[in-house]
Amino acid sequence: MNRYEHSVCLDVSKCNGCTTCLKHCPTEAIRIRDKHAVINADRCIDCGQCIRVCPNQAKKANYKKLEAMDRFRWKIALPAPSLYGQFENLGDVDYVLQGLLDIGFDDVFEVSAAAELVSAYTRRYIRREGVKRPIISSACPAVVRLIALRFPSLYDNIMPILPPMEVAAMLARERARKAHPELRDEDIGVCFISPCPAKVSYVAQGFGSYKSQVDCVVAMKDVYFALINVMSSDKIPTPVSHSGMIGISWATSGGESSAVFNDSYLAADGIRNVIDVLDEIETGKLPHLEFIELNACEGGCVGGVLAVENPYIARTRLQSLRRYLPVSQNFLEEDEENRVPDELVFDDKPVCRPITRLADSMVESMRRMSEINRLSGELPGLDCGSCGAPTCRAFAEDLVRGEAAPDDCVVRLCEQLKAECAELRRRRIGPVRKEKEE
Amino acid sequence: MSEETLCFHFDVDGDDFTSAGQASVQVKKLLRELGVSPEVIRRVSIAMYEGEINMVIHAGGGKADVLVDETSIVIILTDEGPGIPNIKQAMQEGYSTAPDNVRSLGFGAGMGLPNMKRYTDHMEIESAPGKGTTIKMTVEL
Repeated sequence: MNRYEHSVCLDVSKCNGCTTCLKHCPTEAIRIRDKHAVINADRCIDCGQCIRVCPNQAKKANYKKLEAMDRFRWKIALPAPSLYGQFENLGDVDYVLQGLLDIGFDDVFEVSAAAELVSAYTRRYIRREGVKRPIISSACPAVVRLIALRFPSLYDNIMPILPPMEVAAMLARERARKAHPELRDEDIGVCFISPCPAKVSYVAQGFGSYKSQVDCVVAMKDVYFALINVMSSDKIPTPVSHSGMIGISWATSGGESSAVFNDSYLAADGIRNVIDVLDEIETGKLPHLEFIELNACEGGCVGGVLAVENPYIARTRLQSLRRYLPVSQNFLEEDEENRVPDELVFDDKPVCRPITRLADSMVESMRRMSEINRLSGELPGLDCGSCGAPTCRAFAEDLVRGEAAPDDCVVRLCEQLKAECAELRRRRIGPVRKEKEE
Repeated sequence: MSEETLCFHFDVDGDDFTSAGQASVQVKKLLRELGVSPEVIRRVSIAMYEGEINMVIHAGGGKADVLVDETSIVIILTDEGPGIPNIKQAMQEGYSTAPDNVRSLGFGAGMGLPNMKRYTDHMEIESAPGKGTTIKMTVEL
């Protein structure tokens, strides 16, 4: 099986094994081994939660620097809509787009414009019959991977339409090829300005047999600092922005689903809330819903760990930015058959091995669970994390898998040592006493 | 049930209505780890949820035991509540003796016992006024 290439990684020199990330990882992908964190690549979903909570900045995201674009003759920027929420007193999106041209990009294609197309195709897709419901958005890569690993029964509910970033990349390339037929494909570089590390992994990984059209994913915070140096309110920007309210709303939780123009939707944000909602859908306890929007980050994409501004402040700014914009600026012709073009559909999803099962066979799973239950009963139940596992139960699982040793439980070891000391004292052969006799 | 049976025990607290349904969430997680199919998990967790709610509404809580082996999942719910005087009547859809205060939350629609029967392969009720109630539900694997 192919190794999943992750963006989230660890700077071992900064990690002191403090267990903070251990406690916050939603998929229990982290263990502390040899006094530092270790991320299990099979379980990590790149949600960025550990980056957010690490007190030592030891957890980080791998992404490209802007200089990585230098090798291309024609450089295209794809700003995520959340970028517009990072700036104070921004009167118009065009200032940001002009800024991107001023820092060296040759063209800008707004992801928010592509998002409006995705919204239009989503509305078509929802009208289709025979589609598994509720339809779950495919936009958040951390959520898609979470479903593959923890909720495999909902995998087919994921909407098979490519996310806005990918659609933007395709359209931007097309535009470049048309305007500059002299360019070869490898001359054109597409750069996504990302609020989140999961997009970095998505681009590195592709999706099933689909290969991403994006060449570089750079951090929003890096671009932000480059932009504030060149952006100026004195210079009137070229009016190029081509997105409306819907596109810009994609940056925040509830934006994508409000654009399906259908009351039976649900939008949840924050990875724990997302897990709770998926749990409810899987059990069938939710009333009938057409569409589910899930964002791993609190507040939606504005809450990504590579963004600069507080997500709620960014949200407020976006509200005023989109205020006098048309509802949408990207339309589709009426289509009775509710078609979605083949090139925007991914028909195979990556093969993932679900992490919920203890073993491949039910017999072996039962044997392991019985063993885990027995061991859990012997553990203190404090979930202190000192053994390197997030909970006593996770530690019992590690023991059964042979990935931990019984003495790793410091609470139990301490009790054993105390008992042994007492026994030594009782026999009066303790080391202290011996010294005195000498 | 063979020797290789896994047993799980849950105390269903009758004092706190807001915590009702916790045991079925736990069971769902355990069954998932065992690799039980999502459809079976769904049926077990709905049947168990309904049973738990019943114990909280009518009997002031009780006990839930879940036994899993390779062939089936058995849920045994035991309470020391007032008992069911007429089981046939209680099994009718829409028949409910739930008090008004829980109806406002959407419970008490008279679908609890019928749903438990619907979502399991086999259900036995043992109950008499003043003697409490024991319900045994089986879902085949």
